Amino acid sequence: MRDAFVRALVQEMEINPRIVLMTGDLGFGVLRPIWDQFPDRIINAGIAEQGMVGLAAGLAATGRTVLVYSIGNFPTLRPLEQIRNDCAYTKANVKIVCVGGGFVYGSLGMSHHATEDMAVMRALPDVTCFTPGDPAETEAVTRVMLRTEGTCYLRLGRGNEPKIHDGPVEGWKMPEPIVIREGKDVALLSAGGILTQAVEAAKLLDEKGISAEVVSFPCLKPMDAEAVRKLTERFRHIVTVEEHNVTGGFGSAVCEIAAEGGNGCRIHRIGLQDCFTAVVGNQQYLREIYGMDGKSIAEKAEAWIHEA
Amino acid sequence: MESYEALVHSAFGGKQPDVTDPDVLAWLIRRNGLEMSHISRGSHIGSVFSAAEIIAVLYTGVLHVDPKNPKMPDRDRMILSKGHAGSAVYAALAETGFFPVEQLKTHYGNGSILSGHVSHKGIPGVEVSTGSLGHGLAVGAGMALGAKMDGEAWRTWVVLGDGECDEGSVWEAALQAAQFGLDRLCAIVDYNHMQSLFTVEETLRLEPFEAKWKDFGWNAQSVNGHDTKALRAACERAKENAGSGKPSVILAHTVKGKGVSFMENNILWHYRTPQGEEYEAALKELEAQRP
Repeated sequence: MRDAFVRALVQEMEINPRIVLMTGDLGFGVLRPIWDQFPDRIINAGIAEQGMVGLAAGLAATGRTVLVYSIGNFPTLRPLEQIRNDCAYTKANVKIVCVGGGFVYGSLGMSHHATEDMAVMRALPDVTCFTPGDPAETEAVTRVMLRTEGTCYLRLGRGNEPKIHDGPVEGWKMPEPIVIREGKDVALLSAGGILTQAVEAAKLLDEKGISAEVVSFPCLKPMDAEAVRKLTERFRHIVTVEEHNVTGGFGSAVCEIAAEGGNGCRIHRIGLQDCFTAVVGNQQYLREIYGMDGKSIAEKAEAWIHEA
Repeated sequence: MESYEALVHSAFGGKQPDVTDPDVLAWLIRRNGLEMSHISRGSHIGSVFSAAEIIAVLYTGVLHVDPKNPKMPDRDRMILSKGHAGSAVYAALAETGFFPVEQLKTHYGNGSILSGHVSHKGIPGVEVSTGSLGHGLAVGAGMALGAKMDGEAWRTWVVLGDGECDEGSVWEAALQAAQFGLDRLCAIVDYNHMQSLFTVEETLRLEPFEAKWKDFGWNAQSVNGHDTKALRAACERAKENAGSGKPSVILAHTVKGKGVSFMENNILWHYRTPQGEEYEAALKELEAQRP
């Protein structure tokens, strides 16, 4: 996703000379194409995220689209008030980009596990939140984000994720969810790079004779309420999957819409169960430990649909 | 009933005050500040009074701004980072023609757009909203960086509080502004030596303050922040700073509550609002000082 983002960004920077990228002293190697091609339009703000986001708001006020790039919680939780007051409140054209949503930096420890960012960013008015599920979705979303006015948040995974889409995602319109595969017994809704696990779960459920629909939500906010309502009408059980705390995140967002819709669909939230991580390990290991790998999702989904 | 404008201008005996004179504008900032705090029972009058000359000097010829064209592309940008002194900026903007003086009477009130901390929404001449301390310098530095990237000559001015300099984000921005060589950025610190509970010295010591800024790569000067001629001269030196590759800071030594004897250097007046005899006494002292 990281590289897909940079690829799309470079193309957009070629078209739009007013796009500038700011990094919080991170992106070694990853941002190389931008340093090489646009040395005057990439700024290292240092390890000073509050200053960086304030600078970005001021720079955006001079008629620029400013991307703020960092990893994990550093571009969100650390300068949160600057995002709220200086960017969102002024509708500044600042795009906050996080690499490492979820357990990407699994072995580095809890400080580097971004597991509340979606909830926190979603709670800010006038912030559009993007959670693409694979490299192709990332390219499409990046282009749309750079044409979306105001403050945005882009939550990426890591580099070299498996592709879910065979080709590019073309003609995507915000905030449409993307149906990855159709099914009839249960719907697995996913936000972000955990999409691979939802797809894996659907394959495992196939073997049990359970037909699972998989839907990716590249746009977390605004959420496509109409699409969610239709899913709640078609399915008796919906499972939401996020590499994130279940409190306030993607599953919560789906529940908010479904509850207001008022039909009897049951929603089950898979994610971190309102706790911090207590162990380290690689991303896939932590997904398994915290019950959000493909196998765990399939087992839970099977149990839930056999409930009344 | 007498209008608000007539009331705050009454000391001029029916003549229109000369708002191009920094001492007159500073007096009007205090007169409006007193009235706005009195009407609204709003706080922070001590900070408004300490910043009065700083704001007055900026709006009498230092800032390149046009009240008839507040969004003029080549205007200077001014950010009041110590947003709690917002009524000083509101008063200066209204008195110099950005919006009607009469509107000041709504300050702090239900449904008003003139919030206690300075807001940009619907108010001509205000660039950004502040109130949480430690935000303005970075935003101003971003504006100055944008101007530099575009080869524009306009300047960015940021008024900071001394207590505000407790915030780490001020020093992040100080490093960044110096690193990016923002020599059309000028910060002015309202150095009134008082914070919210105690003096600066008793809270988080800033001295040697000028040396700190210089060590951070800034050109720094210290002046008497109530002497409008000295302030004006310092601002002109800060303008000449363009080309030096360094941002500029003016440490304006001020007195919290300046202008009303019983408010001066008294932390109580960070919170207290003048009513009854205190209002009458403050008004009498101000009227005696009218330039």
